[in-house]
Formats: sequence, C-alpha cells, structure tokens
Amino acid sequence: MAAIEMKNIVKQYGDGFPAVNDVSIDVEDGEFLILVGPSGCGKSTLLRMIVGLEDITDGDMMIGGKRVNDLAPRDRNLSMVFQNYALYPHLTVYENIAFPLRLANKPDSEVDQKVRDASKTLELDEHLERKPGNLSGGQRQRVAMGRAIVRDAEAFLFDEPLSNLDAKLRGQMRTEISRLQKRLGITTVYVTHDQTEAMTLGDRVAVLKRGVLQQHATPRELYENPANLFVAGFIGSPPMNFLPATVKGNQVELPFGTVTIPEEKAAKAQGKGLLIAGIRPDHFEDASVVDSDKATEEATFKATVDVVEWLGNEAYAYIPFEAPPEVQKQLQQLERDLDGESLRTQLVVSLDGASRISEGDEATIWVDARKIHLFDPASGENLTMDASHAGIVPGGNAMAKAEEVGEVQDGVQPQSQDG
Amino acid sequence: MDAKTKVGTWIGFVLIMLWCLFPVAWIISLSFKSEGETATGSAQFLPKEPTWDNYSAILDNGDFTRALINSFGIALIATVLSVIFATLAAYAIARLDFKGKRLVLSLALAIAMFPVVSLVGPLFDMWTTFGLFNTWPGLIIPYMSFTLPLAIWTLSAFFREIPWEMEQAAQVDGATSWQAFRKVIVPLAAPGVFTAAILTFFFAWNEFVLAISLTSTTSSRTVPAQMSFFVGPDPFNPPYAQLATASVIVTLPVIIIVLLFQRKIVAGLTSGAVKG
Repeated sequence: MAAIEMKNIVKQYGDGFPAVNDVSIDVEDGEFLILVGPSGCGKSTLLRMIVGLEDITDGDMMIGGKRVNDLAPRDRNLSMVFQNYALYPHLTVYENIAFPLRLANKPDSEVDQKVRDASKTLELDEHLERKPGNLSGGQRQRVAMGRAIVRDAEAFLFDEPLSNLDAKLRGQMRTEISRLQKRLGITTVYVTHDQTEAMTLGDRVAVLKRGVLQQHATPRELYENPANLFVAGFIGSPPMNFLPATVKGNQVELPFGTVTIPEEKAAKAQGKGLLIAGIRPDHFEDASVVDSDKATEEATFKATVDVVEWLGNEAYAYIPFEAPPEVQKQLQQLERDLDGESLRTQLVVSLDGASRISEGDEATIWVDARKIHLFDPASGENLTMDASHAGIVPGGNAMAKAEEVGEVQDGVQPQSQDG
Repeated sequence: MDAKTKVGTWIGFVLIMLWCLFPVAWIISLSFKSEGETATGSAQFLPKEPTWDNYSAILDNGDFTRALINSFGIALIATVLSVIFATLAAYAIARLDFKGKRLVLSLALAIAMFPVVSLVGPLFDMWTTFGLFNTWPGLIIPYMSFTLPLAIWTLSAFFREIPWEMEQAAQVDGATSWQAFRKVIVPLAAPGVFTAAILTFFFAWNEFVLAISLTSTTSSRTVPAQMSFFVGPDPFNPPYAQLATASVIVTLPVIIIVLLFQRKIVAGLTSGAVKG
C-alpha cells in the first residue's frame, strides 16, 4: 500500500493533442480517490499513466515516494480493473484470478490459498472451474476484481468498472466495491463519468475538464462549495439550476422574483453586473409544506409549473424561464461541456412528496436563499465559494484554462477523443 | 422456411454431395478390387471379391513408405516453421505501427499469388548450385515461401480481433511483453493458428509441381510425386487399383487432421473476454 502523488502531470499525444494538462493530485495512503469528468476529459488517460500503459510527457508520478515515470507496468505493482474486464477467456475463473501469482512464480500452495481467499471474499467459489464466457456481467466483474485483489498490490485502479452493468447491478457492485476497499484499506483510484458513483464512493473526488483539474475535494465540499460553474453543473442530480441574477445590496433579482441572501455572500458579489445564480433543485420547496416561519415573503416566489414528475418520496417540477442572451450563451456552452443537450432554459425544483402542486398550477415556491451560489458569467468562477470548505481549487482560472485547452484539442482532433 | 425451399435445399444438398463424394467412393471401391478385376474393363461400382491385397502390397512397397515418410516430415516441418514465423510476423503487423506495413502485407499477398510453375526453373538452378536439390530443405523452403504469406494474413486478422486490453491486463498483472504474448495472445489466437497450420499442411502435403521437379530419388520425393511413378509393366494399362489404394492412404491423414483440428477451431473462443 502506498500513496500516489501526481506532480504537474502532462500528457500530449504525438499529434499535439493535449490530453492531460499540468494536473497535480495527491492520493493519500488508503484513500479512495475518484477521477470524474465528462467523456474526453483525460481521466482514463491519467489513470493509464498511473499504471504505466501510457507514457508521461512531463511531470512526476510518485508511488510510495518512488518516481515511477520510467517503470514498466509490471514493475509498478499496481492492479487494475478494466472497463470491459479484460478477463482471459481461455482460462478458468480460478486461473484468471491466479494469473498474477503464476507470473510471480508463487508456489502452488500459496496460489491456491490466495485464490480461495479472494474467491470467498467475492463469492465466486462455485464458479471457480467455469470459463469467463459462461458468467454473467456481474460475475465477470467480480472475477476482474478477484484478479486485482489476489496479489498485494500497492494500489487498485478502476477504469469505469461499472459502466457495462445494468442499473440495479451497478448499485449493488458500487456498495460492494466500497465495502471491499474499506476492508482492505488499500489506496484506490477510480475513474468514472457517473457523478453518483463519484459522490458515493470517493473519500475525495477530482473533477477534470479537458484535461485540466477543476477541483479536488470531498463529495460534500464539491456539492456545497463548487469552485466554478462546471463543477457545480457536473456534481448533483438533477443538476444545479443556473439563473440570470443581479445583486443589489443583499437582494438578488431572479427571473421569478427577488430573494434576500446573507450579507457575507452579497458582499462578495457586489457591483459585478449580471451574474449567474446557482441553486440546487433540493434547495427549493413548495411553500405550503415549509414551516410558515421560514416561508417568508423574501424567500418565496410565484411561478407557473410546466411539468411535474412525481416519484413518491419527492417530485420534480419544471418551470421554464427566459434567460437574457449574455447568460444564454454561457449556459449553452456549459450544457455542451457536460455532455447534455437541453432545449430550453428551465428551472428544476425538487418538491416534497407530500406537495400537491400539479401541472399548470401557479405555485408558490420557497427557496433556501442561504444556499444560493453566485457565479461570474465571464470566468465561471464561484464568487460566493467558502474557500475553507472547498478542498483544493487549483490557482488561476481552471475553467478558462480548460476552455483554452479545449480549443487546442478541437484544433488537433475535431471530434473530442474518448476517455 | 417454407416446405418448398426446404425440399429445394435438400435436393441441392444431395446433388452437391453426390458430385463431390462419388469420385471418392469410386476410389475407395477401386482400392478393394483385385488387379484382374480392374483390367477386364467391366465397370461395376462395388468390387466382386473385396480384397486387402492392394493395401498390403503398397505398404510393402519400400518406395511408397519412404515417400510417405518424406511427405510427413516435409509437410510437418514446413507447417511448424511457417506457423511460428507467421505468428510472430502477424503479431508485429497487427500491433506495431511501422513504416512500410502496407508494403509488407501487399508484398506477402503478391508472393502468395505467384504461379508455382514459374519458380521451378530458377529454383532448380539455384538448388543444384547450393546443394539443396533432392533434399528436405530444398522442398521445405519453397513451401514456406508460399504458405507464410497466407498464414500471416490469416493470423494478423485474428490478432486484430483480440482486444488490446487483454495484453495490457497481462502487463499490469506482471507479465513481460513476451509472457503476455505467449500466455494470453497466442492461446486466444489458437483458432487462427490452427487454421493457418491446416492450410499450410495441406499445401505442402498436396504439392506436386515442385515435388516432382526438385527431387530425383526417394530420399526426398513426396507421395504425390512418387505416385506418378506407379506405371506398372504395361504403359496402356496403369495399375488402377494400386493408384487408388495409394490415393486412399494419402487422403486418410488429411481427413484425420481435419477432424482433430476441427475441435480446436472453436468459433467464438474470445467470447467472455469482454462484455459481449
């Protein structure tokens, strides 16, 4: 087990494609780190550089305090679970798991004991003599994990291991991976494009965009204190709402009305003209189900609900609004960056399941004004971020830097490369 | 499928089987006829008095058994060497990016298309100079030059099908490039390796033009060439029964090999490697 330090890692492909740009991330011993971002953000490339399948153009990759830039994958003693599992189809499950031990010329008795231990942990005992071709997706996934845990590797690396499973199994395996990692206490780097996996699994999460690190923090810090528009839009489901806003004193003018925000937040956003307000869907509520002392005039607004999706425990209400062109452009760009394709600007409001608001109603909505974030539309920076609870935010403007890199990338390869 | 197409398919199937297998059945039946019966010219399909005489006679014929040994040796060595070289070359072609890759592939194809006859003259001259005339290597080398391109093409297609991740997984698991190749890639390409091996073996086993031109004695003459020496005492009355017997004997190994390897050529061996 070892800590992994990435110091100013750069990856530039032969054709000049800048896949990873000056990324520095420390993974502590025993920590579960998630690398997350939309497709083409360089997260898989970064993982493959840790394991040694991809050359490092510049920077230092330190594993357990040792520089490993020039070591072959087999000399780094890391184990990896691939997206498509990469099991050896000609070997039985037993031999698949035993493969790394056989390569290390371990005696048969030791191999047998370790394989049986791993198979017991992963409940593969009854499948040991079968070939991977006869296993279900979840079982194959477990075999791939067995092959990873069977030897005493310095760290585990996962490359989108759950993306090939169906939704239910994905949830189960997610818990399983988390439990296994806690039990073995081994340093883990996990790549995913799924923000739910990122939030639930990670001790800390590194959000990447176009090969530029945006923020490196705990899931809670990312959720509550996103460093910029990109992180704010990426983390959370349904995503954060972005509304045009103007701050006057401690009043914020939103398309639906004016709300009062705390003084210290307002102070940071004075005199900046038109801003983008970010409010998470769950920071809204049907005013009729909120305690009456909270639902004051300053914190409520009236709006016509377009569509309601009722899920039982909660309901999502959709309220369309018009955004001024200055903000519109930025929001559309953001949507593209997040792999989304939203046709209209609309507010998504998460309501209590008990709410009786239905489609077409003019509803009174309460908003938790303390949780509003205000973003600079030009740079995307979060003006109201609480820096002491935002983890590591790279200096300079990470989002603008990602834009620049994005232009270079599109220049080299018009279609952004996967991974 | 409606009944009409079904009947049609079966009629077509039976016709093709008759067309292909009748001559084979004829040869087998001939091999059991006595010499007297074939010489009378009374053509009937089944032998009147089936006899093993032809088989015992031909297996006692030292020249024929010697030719059989030559055939086996030459075909086997050519196959093994071809497959080994082709596997390595095909792997490089499938995996590595190097200049002139297309050139190598198209050149290989061009060589495979070269007519064998056009090489007989130059090879004869060269082999007599190099002392390779009438030796095993004298046949193995030209056989390989014809079978290698075919084997390389077949195998590189197979290698391309194997996901890169297999090899990378092996490397992460602690394998050297060579170990990854030997323990993961080659077993996965096994169906391709066997296909290439069978094609190579058949070519070498059946080849006649080079075998008759580049040999002079039974020390290296293979069976197809040796059979052309079965003329018998009367030039107008070749020993049909013996020729048929020899044909049956040389065909047997081919059939046995196909049946043996057929089990190895399991389609979809790679299924299960990746989510499928």
